[in-house]
Amino acid sequence: MEKIKQYNYFGLTRELALTDFKLKYQGSFFGYLWSLAKPLMLFGVLYLVFTRFFRLGGSIPHYPVYLLLGIVLFNYFVESTSASMGSIVGKGDLIRKVYFPRIILTVSTSITALITLLLNMIVVFIFMILSKTVPTIDTPFLVLLLLELFVLVSGVSLFLASLFVRFRDIAHIWEVCNQVLFYAVPIIYPLSFVPGRIGKILLLNPLAQIIQDSRFVLITHQTATAGSMLHFPYVFIPYTLPFIVFAFGYWFFQKSAAKFAEEV
Amino acid sequence: MSDVIQKLTKKKKTSKKEVAIEVKNISKTFKVPHEKHMTLKATALNVLRKKRYEEFQALKNINFEVKKGEFFGIIGRNGCGKSTLLKIIASIYIPTEGQIKIKGKISPFLELGVGFNPELTARENVFLGGSILGLSRKEIFKKFDEIIQFAELEEFVDMKFKNFSSGMQVRLAFSLSIYAHAEILLMDEVLAVGDANFQAKCLEEFKKYRQRGKTVVLVTHDIGTVRQHCDRAALLRNGKIVKIGKAEDVTTKYIAQNMSDQEAAEIKTDHASKLKQFGTKDIVITSTKVFDSNNKERQSFLAGDPMTVKIEYKAKKTVEGPHFGIAMIDTGGNLLCSSNHLRHMQIINKIEKGQVGYVECKIKSLPFLTGSYFITVSIYSDKFKSAPRAIHHIEKAKKINITNKNQISDEGMIFLNCDWKIS
Repeated sequence: MEKIKQYNYFGLTRELALTDFKLKYQGSFFGYLWSLAKPLMLFGVLYLVFTRFFRLGGSIPHYPVYLLLGIVLFNYFVESTSASMGSIVGKGDLIRKVYFPRIILTVSTSITALITLLLNMIVVFIFMILSKTVPTIDTPFLVLLLLELFVLVSGVSLFLASLFVRFRDIAHIWEVCNQVLFYAVPIIYPLSFVPGRIGKILLLNPLAQIIQDSRFVLITHQTATAGSMLHFPYVFIPYTLPFIVFAFGYWFFQKSAAKFAEEV
Repeated sequence: MSDVIQKLTKKKKTSKKEVAIEVKNISKTFKVPHEKHMTLKATALNVLRKKRYEEFQALKNINFEVKKGEFFGIIGRNGCGKSTLLKIIASIYIPTEGQIKIKGKISPFLELGVGFNPELTARENVFLGGSILGLSRKEIFKKFDEIIQFAELEEFVDMKFKNFSSGMQVRLAFSLSIYAHAEILLMDEVLAVGDANFQAKCLEEFKKYRQRGKTVVLVTHDIGTVRQHCDRAALLRNGKIVKIGKAEDVTTKYIAQNMSDQEAAEIKTDHASKLKQFGTKDIVITSTKVFDSNNKERQSFLAGDPMTVKIEYKAKKTVEGPHFGIAMIDTGGNLLCSSNHLRHMQIINKIEKGQVGYVECKIKSLPFLTGSYFITVSIYSDKFKSAPRAIHHIEKAKKINITNKNQISDEGMIFLNCDWKIS
């Protein structure tokens, strides 16, 4: 397969990701701000409800930033997987006419979402400064956590994208899953509110682990993390799961990729 | 002596030529479901039932080689599998059986302008499209000016692609693909678009491609393009290669194939329409046949071909001085020409009762261009020269189809049998 080697993967991935990003906000006056509006609105509502009415987050220092970070990370997961799901079907025309490694389409969509996440993280940092959160020596670990999140998101995306080619109702199923996930992951409530055993089970989910760890390194050490709550060997589950998911997603995708052109 | 040497070197050259594409025993079968199951529920329900799809074999045992630097055409009618074959060569489809070997960088595109986004400007599209064709950003930067110049779009670089005229879109796409510089170029019906001026430019560029030793595979159903540009060609029909060889021979076969297909279709319809006829029927025209120069009965001819009309008859009564005639009528019912042997100073004195025979009219060269034409045949008696009596007259007894020779696209109805000389 000589021709694949000669193919410029990187250039095409970047070009597609940038194009998607450009087009997403083209023709609207506020452009990128709109993608920020969604998590901010959710944040505003949840903040009001849970600090003013229920006083849920009262015990957590810097609860607003704590909440915002959770929402931004979760939002990235949902947006990225949902957008990637349609990445193959949406580019059906291209697939039927040009040969290039199909994985580029899905990866570039993930990267577009990643750009949005990084921009949203700037907003989180602004909130951190406003709420006078002090950066600690742990802060750089955030990069590793975001990387772990990207691996998880890519794995799920690859699986969903190849499945979506054959079964279009995956889109609806995934929407329902995300709704469940929103409450299964400690975003609005602190994990300490959840009775012992269930809290531990929730932390086996890598998404919960990533969000909690990010809060730990970025905002407050008073966060229940997988490291502090889970014992050996369970503690490895959330950290290795993203890579297993990615390996499976990648394998599944490559297995189905050969027939995309016929099935799309 | 020198001839022998020349022959030898020629032989050496051709045998030395590398193979660029080798297609070995390629077959492709598609599974065509009766209903497409795009939902989980339908699939789940269907697991219990028998599998409901039909197999459709799009390609059967395809074998051929394309040499390096060759201009290879693939022709055939719609649905013959030519695009599927090209997609397999481009590795968009995976063959069910067989192997493909490719030497050299192959252009990964089939149609022009694939991947262009209407919302982007020309500049952005060159970068996007270029990277889809496998170019790096650096390479595109280097060639950007040339690409825009060739496409004649210098003034529109920052205009959105969707606001381009279709001609401009094609120009940009073609220009980009030319500069993508693959060693093997795959193209699907590209020359059908663009104005004449730009087409000429593209063909010029194609020639340069060949001079640089690059290989082009072109899929088309346009005979003219294949004849003009291809060295060799393959004719596909129902997923099989019918003929492979020199472009000239393959296209001739293709024309013949199209004609016989048309005839087969028309024989079916012909029987349905009743012939309009009248006369005393003292002599009956039993059949009307048309033949080509090889005395083969047929219905389709090329403009300028010779044609013979044979009228067979049987006499029920003795008739004195009968004369046979033919006339040709277009589909609009206009009389184009009519002739009888009397006017050509040939006389039949008498046909006896019970006599069986035939009369032939040899047309040296059919004077009509592409279209369908009817032949009316008749026998009139010569008894009263001023007002001949009809013995048997069959209106539109025969239909023939005429096709222009060598894709000459002369217009009108009359075939001008002429040669152009340009000094």
